[in-house]
Amino acid sequence: MAPSDTKVSSPSTAADRRVQIKGIREGLLVTFGEGEWSDLQSALLAHIQEQAVFFKGARLAIDVGNHVLRAAELGYLRDKLSDLEVSLWAVISNSPVTERTAQVLGLATRLPLPRPERVARRGETELEGENAVLVQRTLRSGYRLSTRGHVVVIGEVNPGAEIYAGGSVVVWGRLRGTVHAGIEGNTQAVICALEMAPVQLRIADQVAVVQTGKRRKSEPMMARLENGQIILEPWKHK
Amino acid sequence: MVAKVVTVTSGKGGVGKTTTTANVAVALAALGQKVVCIDADIGLRNLDVVLGLENRIVYDLVDVVEGRCRLRQAMIRDKRLPELYLIPAAQTRDKNAVSPSDMSRLCDELRQEVDWILIDSPAGIERGFRNALAPADMVLVVTNPEVSAVRDADRIIGIVEAEEKGPVRLILNRVNPTLTRRGDMLNADDVLELLAVELIGIVPEDESVIISTNKGQPVALDGKSRAGLAFQNIARRLMGESVPFLNLDDGDGFLKRLTRLFRSGGSTG
Repeated sequence: MAPSDTKVSSPSTAADRRVQIKGIREGLLVTFGEGEWSDLQSALLAHIQEQAVFFKGARLAIDVGNHVLRAAELGYLRDKLSDLEVSLWAVISNSPVTERTAQVLGLATRLPLPRPERVARRGETELEGENAVLVQRTLRSGYRLSTRGHVVVIGEVNPGAEIYAGGSVVVWGRLRGTVHAGIEGNTQAVICALEMAPVQLRIADQVAVVQTGKRRKSEPMMARLENGQIILEPWKHK
Repeated sequence: MVAKVVTVTSGKGGVGKTTTTANVAVALAALGQKVVCIDADIGLRNLDVVLGLENRIVYDLVDVVEGRCRLRQAMIRDKRLPELYLIPAAQTRDKNAVSPSDMSRLCDELRQEVDWILIDSPAGIERGFRNALAPADMVLVVTNPEVSAVRDADRIIGIVEAEEKGPVRLILNRVNPTLTRRGDMLNADDVLELLAVELIGIVPEDESVIISTNKGQPVALDGKSRAGLAFQNIARRLMGESVPFLNLDDGDGFLKRLTRLFRSGGSTG
């Protein structure tokens, strides 16, 4: 998993959401939000064009998530980028098809691992775990949290607040805002809350509107995908 | 004397910011405090109308900021309460005529001379609101027991927290006990549970507010109005007094419990 990139900010423009660029040791890493590939691609090109001076001569790695890209599409992007004097050197993808395409075009498909800080001996009882962001405050209306990892909130998520997570979202408090787990298509993502009364829940590409009006009994609930549908059930330990 | 700067704001328009500013100012002045109100709603001024001082405006806030008059000259003195002053907004300019640092400078100049500076913020979260927030030592968020007003109040509180202003105190305005009892209106419990800030006043819906607003006679001057009484209580709480909340006959809700809590402290109101 790539290092997580976390922002807490007020609502931003659609373009920001579609394309994120950050510096890594080997150059720049581009990640994408949701949307059609053609849209994301134009957003990336437009973004680079806007700041042509900054990007000139840059080396780009792009993480295309689940998009399935053929040689024509990747070739097109590489040409367009080189017109802007930007070189494409790596394509990271969850799709084997895209990986193969990238390899055919002579592009890298893996980022070098960051230098390990210490070499941990991993036995069967030692778990590595996954990256999560901890937010120890109430997210009020207008707050927005987006991250590629998981999210844990200790506090409330009020109506009008939004959380976008690549992984799962756990709210130790009342969830009354909007949460999208698995933004990059992770269907294993879940959403848990001590009290579940959201405006809307999304997991991967599914959307669920939770019935309002009658107050739900306040018990811990978990939302997850089952057969492509979001289901919400009381959380019970087994 | 070092004044406390109190900004009255709400996010949503029409919830009673200006009425609250006028009445709390009047109530504080009636308690012998020296009070200056500043109307920060440039371009849409109306605090002067509510206070009944419209016909005495010569200079306004923008004149002060742009150096066309001295601060003293723009301070209109109330006839009823000699320790109450108003600095009106300009009607013909827009919010960009004043900056947050202008407001801070202006308040710093006033701080040594008065006890309270009350700033009436415009609706919204843009420049005008930022102007009003900049010098604040305390923020009074006014809301109504309606979902949309509460949502905006939450947004405002979030911004105030992010800017590290505050403390925030909540005024629940225009509460209708009959609707609340029937469950047709949010009750104070629901609002406080969501907003999680300290309550400083509950003001009942009261038609005398409309009448007095139109007359330019703030309702807090009227001893018989229930809304007027509620505003007087807010002023006393600002002064540090512990005053029980009005009993609005709210069934078994929050108010009744509070009333019960405070019953030993004497009659309500």
